[in-house]
Amino acid sequence: MVDKVKLAKQFIEAIPHARELGMALTEITEGSATITMPYDEKLIGDPKTKVIHGGAVSALMDTCCGAAVMSHPSAPGGTATIDLRIDYMRAATPGQSITTKATCHHITRNVAFVRAVATDEDTDRPVATASGAFTVEKRF
Amino acid sequence: MSRARPEPMQVVKQRRDAALNALVEAVPYIRFLDITFDRRGDELTAQLNFDDKLIGNPFLPAIHGGVTAAFLEVTSIITLSWSFLWPDIESGAIDPEEMAKGDLPRLPKTIDFTVDYLRSGLPRDAYARATISRSGRRYASVHVEAWQDHKHKLFAQATGHFLMPQKPPEAKDG
Repeated sequence: MVDKVKLAKQFIEAIPHARELGMALTEITEGSATITMPYDEKLIGDPKTKVIHGGAVSALMDTCCGAAVMSHPSAPGGTATIDLRIDYMRAATPGQSITTKATCHHITRNVAFVRAVATDEDTDRPVATASGAFTVEKRF
Repeated sequence: MSRARPEPMQVVKQRRDAALNALVEAVPYIRFLDITFDRRGDELTAQLNFDDKLIGNPFLPAIHGGVTAAFLEVTSIITLSWSFLWPDIESGAIDPEEMAKGDLPRLPKTIDFTVDYLRSGLPRDAYARATISRSGRRYASVHVEAWQDHKHKLFAQATGHFLMPQKPPEAKDG
């Protein structure tokens, strides 16, 4: 299964938008992935507080959930998001990078179910959580 | 019983457009994604101007699901802010020139946001319009739809809940 994990890593790192946001895949195991995104002023959503936009957190969550699906032993190929819900618990602290860990907790022939948590440097208080359903594609 | 003469059209348009521009231009992330807004009266249509950096799957290619979510969230927040600020823009209580200089109103905060992906986002411009399902003093509920070539063929839709900014006390008295 090492190859599968390697393949998922290569796939994620080849995504143009993930590269644009500086996302780095730090850990990937069977059905679980961790991705970090550095703070960047271009991602600011609230000019008064310098807090990054929820949309950038969504992009990170979506990428990480996709990586978790592709790294699952029962996933034969790529994946696409069917739906994704994000709950925002608090504003991420400006200047800190955001780390998301996603877990594919159930998979069928057609659908993968994923949960994710995002934190900044204060890892005890989540910034956001996500849950979603993803397609299971036969190929990449 | 004479009524005040309506303002000249250009004055009204200029004020509305200046306020909208100030609101949108102030947010770096909106500029990064290159989202622009088209205004007809108080109705807004957002446009996501396509660029290669928005690609999620290079093999199809398709727009990144996160970009689609971000586009829908930006459209929701700006539409909500716009409707919240509209009475003050019309009455002149908000000066668009002061807004452009950095005196910006607080934006609504996202509580939760749920996106349905209906078809893959093609590598071209996308459009979105948000409708405010309910807007209370503290909370608002928004539904937003996005399409590309055909308005009736949505590629994504979303529903979100937002915490509204609280107006300062003096605004209530005035």
